[in-house]
Amino acid sequence: MAGGTFEKYKSDGSLAGNVLEWVDARFPATSMWKGHLSEYYAPKNFNFWYFFGSLALLVLVIQIVTGIFLVMHYKPDAALNANGVPVAFASVEYIMRDVPGGWIIRYMHSTGASAFFIVVYLHMFRGLLYGSYRKPRELTWLFGVGIFLVLMGEAFFGYLLPWGQMSFWGAQVIVNLFSAIPIIGPDLSIVIRGDFVVGDATLNRFFSFHVIAFPLVLLGLVAAHILALHETGSNNPDGIDIKEKKDENGIPLDGIPFHPYYSVKDIVGVIVFLMAFSAVMFFAPEGGGYFLETPNFYPADPLKTPPHIAPVWYFTPFYSILRAVTYPLFGLDAKFWGVVAMGASVVIFAFLPWLDRSPVRSIRYRGPITKVMLTIFVICFFILGYLGTLSPSPMGELVSQVCSVFYFGFFLGMPWWSRMDKFKPVPERVTMK
Amino acid sequence: MKKFLIALLFAPMLALASGGNVHLDKWPGSVSDKAALQNGAKLFVNYCLNCHGASYMRYKNLMDLGLSEQQVKDNLMFTSDKIGGLMAVAARSDEQKQWFGATPPDLTILARARGEAGNAGAGADWLYTYLRSFYRDENRPTGWNNVIFENVGMPNPLWEVQGQYQLNHESHKLEQVVPGKLSPTEYDKAISDLVGFMVWMGEPQQEFRKTLGFFVLAFLGLLFVVAYALKKEYWKDIH
Repeated sequence: MAGGTFEKYKSDGSLAGNVLEWVDARFPATSMWKGHLSEYYAPKNFNFWYFFGSLALLVLVIQIVTGIFLVMHYKPDAALNANGVPVAFASVEYIMRDVPGGWIIRYMHSTGASAFFIVVYLHMFRGLLYGSYRKPRELTWLFGVGIFLVLMGEAFFGYLLPWGQMSFWGAQVIVNLFSAIPIIGPDLSIVIRGDFVVGDATLNRFFSFHVIAFPLVLLGLVAAHILALHETGSNNPDGIDIKEKKDENGIPLDGIPFHPYYSVKDIVGVIVFLMAFSAVMFFAPEGGGYFLETPNFYPADPLKTPPHIAPVWYFTPFYSILRAVTYPLFGLDAKFWGVVAMGASVVIFAFLPWLDRSPVRSIRYRGPITKVMLTIFVICFFILGYLGTLSPSPMGELVSQVCSVFYFGFFLGMPWWSRMDKFKPVPERVTMK
Repeated sequence: MKKFLIALLFAPMLALASGGNVHLDKWPGSVSDKAALQNGAKLFVNYCLNCHGASYMRYKNLMDLGLSEQQVKDNLMFTSDKIGGLMAVAARSDEQKQWFGATPPDLTILARARGEAGNAGAGADWLYTYLRSFYRDENRPTGWNNVIFENVGMPNPLWEVQGQYQLNHESHKLEQVVPGKLSPTEYDKAISDLVGFMVWMGEPQQEFRKTLGFFVLAFLGLLFVVAYALKKEYWKDIH
């Protein structure tokens, strides 16, 4: 659809028309506008779950814009100032107190980090519900998994920057994980830190990754994600292909132009989202201690390990999987296998298009096995997430092991259970439920 | 006798002090009480700021408590002669480390740091309990110990005001042995004011933040009505 098959703009003789014609002859303005917005036909039956793609884009913009302003005042410097406080930590409080409107920008950015993951998790769950990753949208899904991976790196690097206790010790724990890799591990962790311990060198390189390298990759992947989506067209809650039924002009009968229909609809979603976002930002910016962890109000102290180091909530399911692995194997540390399991638990999402063998895409026309499996998967994800916020305990370890086994079982067993289900006939045209 | 019992704290909890499972008294104050905050500010600069810094905070921000520049300069400024200066301590660092075993922490955002996941208000409760839980202990180098912060480095800075307490090891309660300038009830009120100031100082714009949040939500509510009507209008032909 986005192919440049649109006619070039013809001026009506006015000045603005002449300018546009001149531009359009040299730049695909009309074809981009039409191909991606005004003549991009999206299924008319999008429901609640379809808001989260555009919301993710909105949060990305919020993070970039607020980030630009934060960088104007933030100083990535671990040295102590005249009052014995690390400069980086003090610069965050300076933003909160002395920079006009600085607290709004900073809370938008910190709330935005958590909001990003909430929105992205819901967006991914939508993919699971309606089989959006299935052929022909595998590449869209793969770009999406790439976005998720880069987003995790972006969040991890950004979390070090306030240089609080949890920033410091969280980074210490995570970077140390890399030292569990055989042979190259110890050197690799030094390369990542730029030092033997987390210090000023680490802070500066993480700052560089956080504000330049990863956002660049993220923007590229987001563009690829949307381009790939617009090439195949969007899936929908019925999981059927709207391009199979077209009118005489070649327009899908169940398709409506993204603009204005979904642009006006998404504005409603954006406003509701912003209300929830503002409720957190203005009335509970610490997110109950989960969005801004309270130990991070202490400046980083390399000599004082906090009694309990917990990652931020959006990493905790994967962190639980890491901790659940307690058996050494093939002469390698349990820690190494924990790292492998944690990495696998994220990367395994990339294989979904080939693991799912169901003849229909949408959960609406799949039977009880799919519904039960998906429900248990989500429950396990939540339990793992909850356990990841707690200190280790024997009971927690056992529960997280059971949940981890099911987590992987959901994916690895999918080629079998996805085929065994009872399926309902799929409708010819989309349904407006 | 009852009024001499300041905190109903139990000795077994000493062991749990680091685990965060101690019983904390609820801080009874509020950050919107300007008079209480002013009193808290006075206590803070007189009793805390000698050893602890509040080095993210500027004196001029104290004017937000309803004070004039002159009032701040005359009553609250002891460590700086510039109204725009930070509330830092002159004598920090090495000497203090020798005296107390550790450099006294900066107090600007301590009330926030002492909060807990799921209970951000725990920081105020902790401070309110901590400052009322000192007792005499001859085994400590400073002669002071604390029920919820075992072997704390800080001696009770407010002992003149509070008086002196002893831990009764049988009843596990604190008993006053030397009366202070204030009665226990008055002392509780003073500590409540001091904690209030520390909570306020942790985020001086917190009340404004909520007010602004109300207007933002109200605006978004109006915008929602318009946007929803627009969506309805555009979508009326889609079935």
